[in-house]
Amino acid sequence: MRVLVQPEPFDAAALLDGFGAGAGAVVTFTGLVRADDGLVALELEHYPGMTEAALTQHAQAAMDRFALTDALVVHRHGRIAAGEPIMMVATAAPHRRAAFDAADFLMDWLKSRAPFWKREIGPEGPRGWVAAKAEDEAALDRW
Amino acid sequence: MTIDVLYFAWLRERIGVPRERVDTAAATVRDLVAELSARSDWHAAALSDLSAVRVAVDQRLGDLDAPLPGAREVAFFPPMTGG
Repeated sequence: MRVLVQPEPFDAAALLDGFGAGAGAVVTFTGLVRADDGLVALELEHYPGMTEAALTQHAQAAMDRFALTDALVVHRHGRIAAGEPIMMVATAAPHRRAAFDAADFLMDWLKSRAPFWKREIGPEGPRGWVAAKAEDEAALDRW
Repeated sequence: MTIDVLYFAWLRERIGVPRERVDTAAATVRDLVAELSARSDWHAAALSDLSAVRVAVDQRLGDLDAPLPGAREVAFFPPMTGG
């Protein structure tokens, strides 16, 4: 299991090299910064220490609940340009259903329980903080 | 006791500092909020609507009734928007 919190771009191919060796299924999800409404970048603030702890806790919960053989969570902070990857999760399991479900579970938890806060940057400069969505909070009820 | 109080995102901007050290006898987070709100108008405004504020005690999510004795760090922030 591996958790990375970093400002730099990540190399997905390098991180996935050898990931899940021996498993029957690997699922990866990569989130990109959408260029909605002329957005040029997102700026992510995080809580050093707690962020790593929360991601580790959720990754471990996914490992236990879905009997994964491995899990990877990478999440960036700082300024991230539109179109760039902002985060990635990867899950490995003996069969595909557990790998898919675990990735979905991890994403739902990361959305509203990992201490990150997004601010939109437009061509004119910083816009407001992104508000949490009720649907993201409600998604946790699925689990 | 001395507690480090941290603020993130718009709470940090409205209060004007990312963290401050406070000497407090607060028994719960709710008591601490009352003390902090008396520090300045900015504190009071930022902490006026607690339904929009989340709290962590020693880096674990908690609530307003979380006990403070023994705690070293309390953080206030808006609902999280990761992913």
